[in-house]
Amino acid sequence: MSVSTPTMNGEAPVFYVADEHDHPPGQSTLFGFWLYLMSDCLIFAMLFATFGVLGTSYAAGPGPKDLFDLKLVALNTTMLLLSSITYGFAMLEMMKGKVGSTQMWLAITGLFGAAFLSIELYEFHHMIHEGAGPWRSAFLSSFFTLVGTHGLHVTFGTIWLVTLMVQVAKFGLIEANQRRLMCLSMFWHFLDVVWIGVFTFVYLMGVLR
Amino acid sequence: MSADAHAGHGHDDHAHDDGRDHGSFKSYMTGFILSVILTAVPFWLVMTGAIENKNWAIAVIVVMAMVQIVVHMIYFLHMNTTSDAGWTMMALIFTVIVVVIALSGSLWVMYHLNVNMMPVHDMRNMP
Repeated sequence: MSVSTPTMNGEAPVFYVADEHDHPPGQSTLFGFWLYLMSDCLIFAMLFATFGVLGTSYAAGPGPKDLFDLKLVALNTTMLLLSSITYGFAMLEMMKGKVGSTQMWLAITGLFGAAFLSIELYEFHHMIHEGAGPWRSAFLSSFFTLVGTHGLHVTFGTIWLVTLMVQVAKFGLIEANQRRLMCLSMFWHFLDVVWIGVFTFVYLMGVLR
Repeated sequence: MSADAHAGHGHDDHAHDDGRDHGSFKSYMTGFILSVILTAVPFWLVMTGAIENKNWAIAVIVVMAMVQIVVHMIYFLHMNTTSDAGWTMMALIFTVIVVVIALSGSLWVMYHLNVNMMPVHDMRNMP
């Protein structure tokens, strides 16, 4: 690596990295994806802040105690937590290079993800059916925005998961597919981290308040 | 642990050692069991009302959530100070600082706005 100071012995100064060292393709992908997750984290932080500010503005409408069914939320949380550990198992099988069992664990993860989404959609449908849609109060607007954004992330994560299963089925556990699976792993576990915030601050504290 | 995980697949041909930890069955299970406990206890607390004092109950579930986030970071997201020469950790620390400022700032300012500038409900008690 050269420093950009003119040298005394008559050599032309070099203003760039002269000796390019070896960068294998995709080497910085995981770090780049981590930076994306951090920016995603900021989006969720802003939605949490919005919910924190508006979460008690019921506009004489229904509050958390009337709307939230903690048994359903507990079931939902279980689905997401189980999907996290099954994704972990998929990663461990990937390290061993076993295509079949990797695919099996990925499929189980996808099913847990789909179960989570179904339960969440059922909850949303139930609330909207009772007239507690996002238009009812500031509390419900911020609730649907926050939980809905998380749900959208899980939806896209599930689509991504199916896409990668097709990729693995077609090309096997090649280096590129391993990298993609690691990115999705971070995405999936990150969504579980966000859900910890959701069930604590939105559901549990909402019912306590 | 890291060495075992690396041995099985083709990471050794990388020009840089990325310092990444890919976890093991044991670390995933540790994280999972801790997460189950840290999820079940807050739900149990709130659903049964085991703690009478609401503020204490809120404090307990918030602390458990924080601990669970750290557990997920370590056992599922494999955070450490060596991956990508520490830049992963730097990015995380930066994000946490921004998030803390934004969250606490929003809640603090908006709470005071609510308390000081919206006396609508108290108007009838005014002289």
